[in-house]
Amino acid sequence: MQDMKPEDIVGAYREHTLVHFDGTRRKVLVTDIESPFPDGRLIVSRTDATGIITHVNQSFVEMSGYSRDELIGAPHYILRHPDMPPAAFADLWETVQRGEKWQGYVKNLRKDGGYYWVKATVIPNIRNARITGYTSVRRKPSRRKIAECMRLYPTLF
Amino acid sequence: MPHVFTVSPDFTPAHLSGWFIFNTWLQKTLDEAFHLQLFDDFHSQREAIQADRIDLIYANPYDAAMLVRQKGFKPLVKPEGKADEAVVAVNAQSPYLDVEDLPGSIKLATTEDPDVHMMGMIMLEPADLDASTIEMEICDSYVLVAKKLLNGNCDAGIFLAEAFDNLSSVIQKQLRALVRSQIQVIHHALMIGPRLADRRDRLLDALLAMPENAKGESVLAALNISRWELVDEEEMEFTIDLMDTFVN
Repeated sequence: MQDMKPEDIVGAYREHTLVHFDGTRRKVLVTDIESPFPDGRLIVSRTDATGIITHVNQSFVEMSGYSRDELIGAPHYILRHPDMPPAAFADLWETVQRGEKWQGYVKNLRKDGGYYWVKATVIPNIRNARITGYTSVRRKPSRRKIAECMRLYPTLF
Repeated sequence: MPHVFTVSPDFTPAHLSGWFIFNTWLQKTLDEAFHLQLFDDFHSQREAIQADRIDLIYANPYDAAMLVRQKGFKPLVKPEGKADEAVVAVNAQSPYLDVEDLPGSIKLATTEDPDVHMMGMIMLEPADLDASTIEMEICDSYVLVAKKLLNGNCDAGIFLAEAFDNLSSVIQKQLRALVRSQIQVIHHALMIGPRLADRRDRLLDALLAMPENAKGESVLAALNISRWELVDEEEMEFTIDLMDTFVN
């Protein structure tokens, strides 16, 4: 996946290099600008069994800052923020690959370097007893839960 | 024995006359007897589904998983442009301007409409409210939800957005919507049971052709539906997956 580009970033940024579970590396550029989760909306996406995005709704497009064309075919970790501990995603994948539902609070990275917090639920799409992909639905989290995660997550690296 | 057709119990009596007209259309279209069986609540309707007494249902999406995965129902159609959405509202005199202003525990007026209630509860989560911090007051209609707010008996209420918009202007002026869902993918659907599996294609063709003939058009008008849209099996599976993500 391509590194983030300085020309896409809004505001002062820091640089990090993420190493994903599949060994790929990505340079990400991160600002301190938060986009609040819009009231009454849900962000919905689906991936294939390997985590490649196959479907996004309009809220996903708006909140991520990417176009629909940029998102379809990209790995879901295009949203990975360096403040998220890798252990959270390891737990996510272990859970859904067992065929179970995973729920957690996630800080997502926008194309412009900003971030947004979500309460995420991921479930496996089971068709004919086989996992064919995953559906992820993100909703607005409470500020109290976000504050808890902001204290907890730095301790999990 | 006629086949049994039923509609989700979340329809007001005003909507029901349209379903009786639809049932007549159905019988003429398939040239078979159908009985429109109405239930007072979701509990008794689910009992009938479990006992295999239902052949055709205009179902609440909350029940789709049971209908498809346990009872072998198949989707037919959904009404065009009619997603179910929810509104969380308070008395206009209350100090709450935003969901996140609501206190740590509240008394909530709601209905048994499962998908609307669920969407409303999701919209209360940003205020750290859940079943453990909410005292529920279950009402039989959305007018009664409004009354609970107007009388000051409840702090907030959950409405089907369409029902909220159809409240009289006098009532609406005394309420304040804190949040309105824009989920767009949760909808009722007409679903056919396994005993009628061999009529599925014929019924589907007739449903989709309704706007093309005067009789079908008048039936759709009675239901306040512009046209039906096909729901294929993968779309129904997606709906079921989506509902699964909401249920804790």
